[in-house]
Parts: sequence; structure tokens; C-alpha cells
Amino acid sequence: MNSGDTAWMLVSCALVLLMTPALALFYGGMVRRKNVLSTLTLSYIFMALIGVQWLLYGYSLAFGTDIGGLIGGLNFAGFNGVDALPNDDYSKTIPHSLFAAFQMMFAVITPALITGAFVERVNFKSFLLFSLLWATLVYDPLCHWVWGQGGWLKQLGVLDFAGGTVVHIAAGFSALAFALVIGPRKGYGKAPMEPHSIPLTVLGAGLLWVGWFGFNAGSALAANGVAVNALLTTNTSAATAGLVWMMLSWLDGRPSTLGIATGMVVGLAAVTPASGFVTPLAAMVIGAVAAPLSYYTMRFRDRRKLDESLDVWACHGIASSWGTIATGLFATVAVNSDGANGLFFGNPKQIGIQLLAVAVTMIFSFVVTYVVAKLLDWSIGLRVTAIEEEVGLDISSHGERSYS
Amino acid sequence: MLKKIEAIIREDKVNDVKDALMDIGIVGLNIFEIRGHGRQGGIRLVGRAGTYQVDMLPKIQVNIILSEHNMEETIQTIRKAACTGEPGDGLIFVYPVEEVIRIRTGERGQDAVMYPGDIDEKRGRGKAKDS
Repeated sequence: MNSGDTAWMLVSCALVLLMTPALALFYGGMVRRKNVLSTLTLSYIFMALIGVQWLLYGYSLAFGTDIGGLIGGLNFAGFNGVDALPNDDYSKTIPHSLFAAFQMMFAVITPALITGAFVERVNFKSFLLFSLLWATLVYDPLCHWVWGQGGWLKQLGVLDFAGGTVVHIAAGFSALAFALVIGPRKGYGKAPMEPHSIPLTVLGAGLLWVGWFGFNAGSALAANGVAVNALLTTNTSAATAGLVWMMLSWLDGRPSTLGIATGMVVGLAAVTPASGFVTPLAAMVIGAVAAPLSYYTMRFRDRRKLDESLDVWACHGIASSWGTIATGLFATVAVNSDGANGLFFGNPKQIGIQLLAVAVTMIFSFVVTYVVAKLLDWSIGLRVTAIEEEVGLDISSHGERSYS
Repeated sequence: MLKKIEAIIREDKVNDVKDALMDIGIVGLNIFEIRGHGRQGGIRLVGRAGTYQVDMLPKIQVNIILSEHNMEETIQTIRKAACTGEPGDGLIFVYPVEEVIRIRTGERGQDAVMYPGDIDEKRGRGKAKDS
């Protein structure tokens, strides 16, 4: 047990928790004023919902004793045996319970990311049911595959430092699937759906950046050089992507504030899988490439009149797919001796593993989400009524107004 | 005879118009923040990735109730202050007013729209009773 590591991981836990309210603000600013509380709640509720699910069985499905490389057993259900002692598989220098708590914060924010796909029209009851199913059927198994002891992608040697696959690709492609099932907002493409408060979004993006230090540097699970490297790569990618996005926005007219904030978040999502395996200079390349990839994916989505409303697919799915592939290019054991070398350091095999993990995550999360959403749509319906949508979800779903 | 003037003007002209009206002695007015468009159409704003068209632009509606004999001077004052010569300068509407009652005193008609130091007092056409 190492008290320095433990102290840093306690702080990281709090930093990652902060990302969920930050995401709520980031999304809340981008919707119309009649759906602000609804949008905030869609993110916020996960601190409660997964806070309970993870303790009851989520952690155990993800990190319990391996069953066939596919799922964890129920031996950690109710945090049974998840105690203050170190765990040989996951946390050699910190309490096992702290590792489980840190992982909980990841399980909380990941489904919250998806909500950007269906804001301003989702039925709250169906959303709650979907979220619980998604956490159980997509997040927990995927988390086991990539990070759980015995998970099949982990066995293959996939490098995903802080959740490029588990968190961002899964959220992004689930968002795409859900948006295809639920359909566009009423009037989408006819009237502009302007963000009602870009200041909220900018504040959210800033707090996300702060929280991401816990997310990525905390994923070292120790207060050491790998953690510091992860902090630096995280900062570098966000900074570079913010600058490149600003230039892209400028070329299209003006350097938009919303665009710069978006670019920063895209840089953060892109570097997540790579953060503990690559150098800060490689992170600059990752951020610089992520920005145009996401930018033009957004343009493509918009042209196709696909209302994946807040671009979770473009920002998280596409950026982190690139980041996970880039990990297979730029990873070096000089940064992290527990990692592996990538293509540019003489290990072409790694890029194949990374590509496989990206493809598996895309397909798995897309297909399961599509099926679950479709089943819910057929049975209890995914959307609010047309009148409820017109009135706005703040009043029709929650009986409250954001601004009186 | 009382009239109501509704002037729809640019947001950035509201202070110029208010000051010009104060200068000639139009003391009482109120404004609405409105949105709309006329011949100007709209503008393009920059979004997350690329631009989009906004066709409802913010405008200010200035409301004034006054005596008919002050109407033409007021209209010309608003025009002069609000005009840039570009599309989007706005419109002025004039309506007849049936009756005006000042709540505090119960005064009606022309008396109810007279203020100390207003346009009529400046032009020597009378003085507000409660001044």
C-alpha cells in the first residue's frame, strides 16, 4: 500500500466525478431554453443511477472473476470483498475499494455522454430503462473485455489507457445508433436550433478539461511518471485540437467560441486511449488530426440531415477511434514500460490489435444499442408526444422552468 | 386626438433614438425587445462546424403615446436617429388611440400624456397640471 498513490487516486476520483456535472453544462448550453433542465438531468441522473448499479452488480460484471473472457462473475456484487486492501489484479498499491470507486466514475460519465444524441425529445422513463440496460449489456461487458482480468481484448494486448474504446467509441457509436432509431427533433433542418447559452457550454468544456486530468492521469493508478506523462499528453492534445478547430472555424467564417470549446473536448477524447503510452509530441499529432476528423464528420452528419443532436458520434466516437488507432502507431515502452511499442517503434502487430479493438467496440456498441433502442421504441416508445416536445421537456417531463 | 407610435428599430440605435426623443421633449416611452425580419432577411452565424442562417433578428420596438400635433416631429426625429441607410433600419407604425387614463390621478386624454418639461411645454402649448 502506498499512501501517495492512494491520495492521488482519491483526488482523481473527485476530478472524474466532476466531469459529469461538467458534461451536463456542456450539453445544457447547446439546447434550446425549453429543454435545459431536461438535458442537465439526462447527465446528472447517472451519478445516482450508476452510483447504485455499479455497487450492486456493475463493478462485479466488469471486474469480477472472469467467465470465458466475456464477463465478470458476481463475486464482487454489492462490493462484497471489495475492501481497503490492495488487489493483486487491479490495484497493487491502493485499496481495492478505491480502484472500484475510481472505475465507478467512468461508468457514470460514459452513458451520460450518449445523451447528447437524443436531447429535446426523449421520454424520461424510456431513457432510464435504456440507460440501465446499456450499462449492463454494453458498458459492463466491454469494460471487462478491455480492462478486466482475463478479458479477451486485454489478453490480445490491446492498449487503451483511459477508455478510448470502453468510454468514447462505445458512447459515440451508441449515440449514432440511438439517433437513427429515435429520429430527428421536430422541425430539425427547417429552423435553426440555436444553443441557448454558449457560456454554459464553455464553462462545461473548461471543467471537463480539469476533470480529464483525473480521468487520464488517474488511470495510471499511481502518483508516478506515467501519470504525469498522461497529464501532459492530455493537455497537449486538447490544446492542439482547440487551436486547429479555431482555424477550421475561421476558414469557414469566424473563430467561433463554441467551436474552440468543442475542439478542446475533441482533443481530450482523442488522446484518452493513448495518454499513458505516447509522448506529448505524439499527442500533438493526435489532437491535430482529431480536430478535422471530427469537424468534417459533423459537417457530413449535418448534410445527411441526421439529428445526432450534440455530435457525440463526431466528437467522441470518431476522435477516439483515431486516438485508439494512433496508440498503435505512437505507443512506446520508453513512456510506459507496462505498455507496448507501436508501429513507429517497430511493432506493426500492435496496430492490428488496436484496429480490431476499435472495430469490435464500434460494432458491439452500435448493434446492442440499436436493438435495445428499437425494442423500447416498439414497446413503450422512446419519444415524448409531439405536443410535449413543442412545449419543451423542462415543463412537460419535469414540471419546472429553467428561467422564470 | 391621441396617437400611438410603434417604431421598430435596430438594437444598437435604441440609445440614439431615446436621446433624440428626449431632446425634443418626448419624455414618456417604453420598449419591447422583439425578434423579426423584413426585407433584410437574416444573417449567418458561426456554429460548431460551419455556419447557419438565422432569419429572426433581434429588434427593439419603441412605444409612444402622444398628441396628434406632435406626431410628425416625433416621426422625423425617430427616422433621423434610427437611419443607417442599410436594409434592416425598421418601420414606424401609427395608430389612433381611443383613450388614455393616468392611474395615479385619473386624468384622461391629452392631460394624461403630458409631463413636466415635455414637448408641449417646450413649444409653449401648455403645461402638465401636476408639475
